[in-house]
Amino acid sequence: MGFYRALLRLYPASFRAEYGDEMCAVFARELKATNGAARLGLMTRALVDAVVNALRVHADITREDLRYAVRSLRRTPGFTFTAVVVAALGIGATTATFSIADHVLLRPLPFPESERLVKLWQTQASRGYSRLEPSPPNYLDWKRLATSFERVEAYSGTAATLIGSGEPERIAGQRVTGGAFSVLSRPAAIGRTLVESDITSDQNPIVISDRLWRARFGADPNVLGRTLALDDATSVIVGVMPPDFIFPDRETDFWRPFRFNRQTGDEDRNNNYLAVIARLKPAVTFEQAQTEMQLIADQLRQQHPKELADNSANAFRWRDEVRAQSRMLLTALVAASLCVLLIACTNLANLLMSRALARRTEFAVRTAVGASVDRVVRQMLTDSLLLAGAGGVLGVLLTVVSSPLVARLVPSSLPIADVPPVDLRMLLGATLLTLITGIAFGVLPALKVCRKIDGSALKEGARGGTSRGTERLRSALVVAEIVASVVLLVSAGLLIQALLRVQAIDPGFTTANVLTLRTPLPTPKYELTTTRQQFYARVLDDVHALPGVTKAAYISFLPMTMRGGIWPILTTATDPDSPGGFVPPDPRDQRSASLRFVSPGFFEAIGTPILQGRDVGPGDTLDTQRVAVVSRSFARDHFPGQDPIGRQFAVAFAVRTIVGVVGDIRVRGLERESEPQVYLPSAQQFDGQLTFYAPRDLVVRLSVPSATLIPAVRSIIYQADPQQPVADVRTLDEVVSLETAPRVVQLRVLGAFAAAAFLLAAVGIHGLLAFTVSARSREIGVRIALGARPRDILRMVLGRSAVLAVIGVGIGTALAYAAGRSMQSLLAGVEPANITVFAGASALALLMALAGSVLPAWRAVRVDPLTATRAD
Amino acid sequence: MNPGAPPPESLLPLPPAVFHILMALADEDRHGYAIIQEVLSRTSGEVRLSAGTLYRSIQRMLDDDLIVEKHDRPAPELDDERRRYYGITRFGQSVAEAEAARLTALVKLARASGFVPRKA
Repeated sequence: MGFYRALLRLYPASFRAEYGDEMCAVFARELKATNGAARLGLMTRALVDAVVNALRVHADITREDLRYAVRSLRRTPGFTFTAVVVAALGIGATTATFSIADHVLLRPLPFPESERLVKLWQTQASRGYSRLEPSPPNYLDWKRLATSFERVEAYSGTAATLIGSGEPERIAGQRVTGGAFSVLSRPAAIGRTLVESDITSDQNPIVISDRLWRARFGADPNVLGRTLALDDATSVIVGVMPPDFIFPDRETDFWRPFRFNRQTGDEDRNNNYLAVIARLKPAVTFEQAQTEMQLIADQLRQQHPKELADNSANAFRWRDEVRAQSRMLLTALVAASLCVLLIACTNLANLLMSRALARRTEFAVRTAVGASVDRVVRQMLTDSLLLAGAGGVLGVLLTVVSSPLVARLVPSSLPIADVPPVDLRMLLGATLLTLITGIAFGVLPALKVCRKIDGSALKEGARGGTSRGTERLRSALVVAEIVASVVLLVSAGLLIQALLRVQAIDPGFTTANVLTLRTPLPTPKYELTTTRQQFYARVLDDVHALPGVTKAAYISFLPMTMRGGIWPILTTATDPDSPGGFVPPDPRDQRSASLRFVSPGFFEAIGTPILQGRDVGPGDTLDTQRVAVVSRSFARDHFPGQDPIGRQFAVAFAVRTIVGVVGDIRVRGLERESEPQVYLPSAQQFDGQLTFYAPRDLVVRLSVPSATLIPAVRSIIYQADPQQPVADVRTLDEVVSLETAPRVVQLRVLGAFAAAAFLLAAVGIHGLLAFTVSARSREIGVRIALGARPRDILRMVLGRSAVLAVIGVGIGTALAYAAGRSMQSLLAGVEPANITVFAGASALALLMALAGSVLPAWRAVRVDPLTATRAD
Repeated sequence: MNPGAPPPESLLPLPPAVFHILMALADEDRHGYAIIQEVLSRTSGEVRLSAGTLYRSIQRMLDDDLIVEKHDRPAPELDDERRRYYGITRFGQSVAEAEAARLTALVKLARASGFVPRKA
C-alpha cells in the first residue's frame, strides 16, 4: 500500500485529501483479488493511471484557477494594467539585455563545431600588441609547421567597384585562401564555395552574398555562371552563400581567391595584413595549440631575428574576439536590467500583497467552505503567473521592437548578425524569466497571507489592517527599490559624465559644416599618379566653384575611419642599406607614425591649424624634393628642442624633408592614443606603389548647411568619371559621433532603465504609504479626534517615507560606488566617487520618495475622525 | 432541477467514463469500488475504470452537479467508513438522457449510411 500512497502524492494535495483514502481502499480490494504476475500488471496499470490522471487533475485545477483569475483580474482593470506593465518592463528589459549579451558573448558562432575555430595572431609584447596581422611569409610558415590544426587559412579585406546596370556601387569583399570555406564548414546555398583549385584557375571564380544576389540579380536561381564586373576584371559566379552566412563581417558581399603576389610585397615578412583562422583537430586542446603557436613563433624568430625581433604568435578562440570595452558595456547593461527586474518584482510583490490582504475575507470564505490552504496559495500563484505571463508576452514584444536600437552594441569583430535572433533559445530564456518573476512576486504574498487565513478575517469589524511583520517586509521591499534605483541613477550619471568628457575631447579638427564622401579610385584604371591627379584636380576645381564652399581637399582616409596605415619612421643616418642611410634608433623601439597622402588645402578644409612652415602645395610633385607635413607630436618626439623645418626622415621608401608642422589629430578615435601623423603630398606618390593610400576621402568645408550641396557634388564626380561610385556621404560631425555611438546607445538604454526604475520606485512608495494610510485610517481618525494637528499627521506619514528613503539612499550609494568601480574602464577617467553624480542621484531619490508620499499624506490629513471610527 | 443550471446539452458530448458512471448510478447509489464493478459487469468486462479516471470524473461530476454525495449509508455491518456513496441528480439524469438521445440519433445516421449491419 505504501507504493500506492506514494503514487497518490502525484495528485494535488486537495484532491488527495478528498479522495486519497477511497482510492487506497479501491486499490486494496483490487490487490486482494489478484496474485502473482497479475499483481505486477495491476501495479504497472496503477502507476500509468496515477501519472496520467494526476496530470489531468492538475490541468483541471489550473484551468479552473485561470478562469477564476481572469474573472477577478478583469474586475480590477487598474491593478491588472499596472501589474502587467510593470512585469513587462522588468521582463522586457532583462530579456533584451540577456539576449544581446548571449548573442555577443555566449552563443556558439554560426558554424558547425565552432568551438574548434580559432584565430591566429602575431603578438609583440614590447609594444603592447596582442593581435598583429601576420605577413604572408609568416602565415605560410605557420601553415607549414603547425600540427594542432586541421587547416590554417588566411583572408584579407578588399573592396571593388561593381559596374553594370544602375549606379556604380562600391562593395566590400574578402580574398580568401583555398581552404577558408572548409575551415568554416558551411556549404553554399546555390552552387559551391571556393576550393583550392580556384586559386590557380584562370576563370576568376567568385562567391557572392545573399544580399548581393538579391540586390543585383533579383534572386535569380540561375545565377551560376553569370559574370560580375568588379573594377576592371570580370569574375564568374560559382556560388551564393545563405542569408545567415557572415564571414568575417556583416559588410562582406563577395569572396574571391587569394593569390599572393611578389610584386605587391607578399614576400616581405613585415608586410602585416592577413587575418588567419584555423580549425583545431578534434583531439587537440586549445591550450596545446597556443603552446605550439608560441613554439613555432620562437623558431621563426631565430630564423628571422631582424624582421621578427620581439615577435611571437598566439591562438585565440574566435568566440572570444570581443573587445574588453564591449564586454563591459554589455555586462553593465545586464546588471542594470537585473536591477530593473528586481524593482519590478518587488513592486509587483507589494501590489499583490496589498491585493491579497484586501482579499483576505474572500480567501477566508473560500477556506471556510472547504478549500484547502494549498488551493488558495495555488490560486494566488496562478494569479501572479498569469500577470507575469501577460507581462512576459508584452516584454518579448518590447525586446523584439527594441533590439534594432541596441544593434550598435554588437561588435563587428564577430561573424554574427547585428540583431540578436528571436528564436527558441531566446523565447525559452524569456519564459524562464517570466516563471521566475511570477513565482518570485507571487509566492511571498501568498505565504504571508496564508499564515493569516483564519476565522479572524471573517469577524465583523475586521479591517484590512496589517501586522508589524507584513509592514516590515513591505518596507524592506520599498527600500530595495530605492537602493536599485539609486544604483541605476548613479551609474547613468557616471556614464553621462563619461560621455560628456569623451565628447569634449578635441579631435584635432573642427566638425561644423563639413561634408565628407568617399570616391575609392579603382586600379588599374587609376594606377598612375597623374591620372589620379587629373581626377582630383577636376573634382576639386568644380567643387571650389560651388557657392558656399570654403575649402575642399582629398586625403587617403578620414581620421577615425581607418585606424591602420602605421609605418615605421627612420631618422638616424647610419645604415648604408636603408633609404638615405636611415635606420630606426633601436629595433626594439620602432617608432612609427600614421601615414596619409593629402591634396593641398586639406588642413584648412578639416580645420587643423598649421603651426609652423607651410601646407603641401601644388608645386610638390614627383619632379621636386619629397616633402612632408608632420604633426606636433611627431616633431616633439623626433626632434625635441629643435626646429623641425628642413629636417629629414625616411618613410614609405623615400627620404622626406619636413616643410610644415600641424596640430595633432586623434586618428585612432576620440578615446585612443594615436601615433604621430605624417602627411605626404598626393602628387608625390610613386606610380603603382602604395595605391592603398591613394586619396579617396573628399572633405568639403562649407559656409552653408552641407545637405544642400550633396547633389551638386555627386554630379561633379559623375561628370569627372561616370563609372566612379560615391560612398559614405556624411558630415564630419557624423564621423565623430560614430565614435561615441556605442556609448550613446548604452547610455540611452541605461537611462531608460534608470527612468523606469525611478518611476517604479515612486509607485512603490506611493503604494506602500497609500495602503498604510488606509489600513491605519482608524488610528489616524482616533488621533485626530484626540486633538492631533494636521502637521502631526503629516509628520507621521512623511517621516515614515523619509526613513525608508534615507535607508535606501544610504545602502544605494554604497552599492553604486561599488558598481561605479567595477565599470571604471567605461568611465573615460571620470572618478567612480563623482560628488556631483552622487549628490544628484541622492537628491532625485529623496525627491522621488517625497513625490510618492504626497498623495497618501494628503489623504491622511483629510481622514474624517467620525467616519473612520464609526464602524466600531 | 435548479433553475440556474445550464441546459443539459451544454455538457455534451460526455466523456465515455462519465456516461458509464451515470449509467452505473441509474438504479441505485453506489460507492467508488461498486461503480467500477457495475461498469465492468454492464460491459461484460470490456470497460474497467481505473481509480484515477473514476475519482477525477467524480470530482468533475460533483462540480457539474451531475451526481451528489449521499449521506444515507447502509447498515454498519455492510459498510466501510472510508467509503463514500454517490447518487445521480435530476440534472445528471437529464444530461444522461440527452447524451443517449444524441447517440441514438448518431446511430440512426450511421444506419442510413449503411454502417450498421441490419438485424438478421
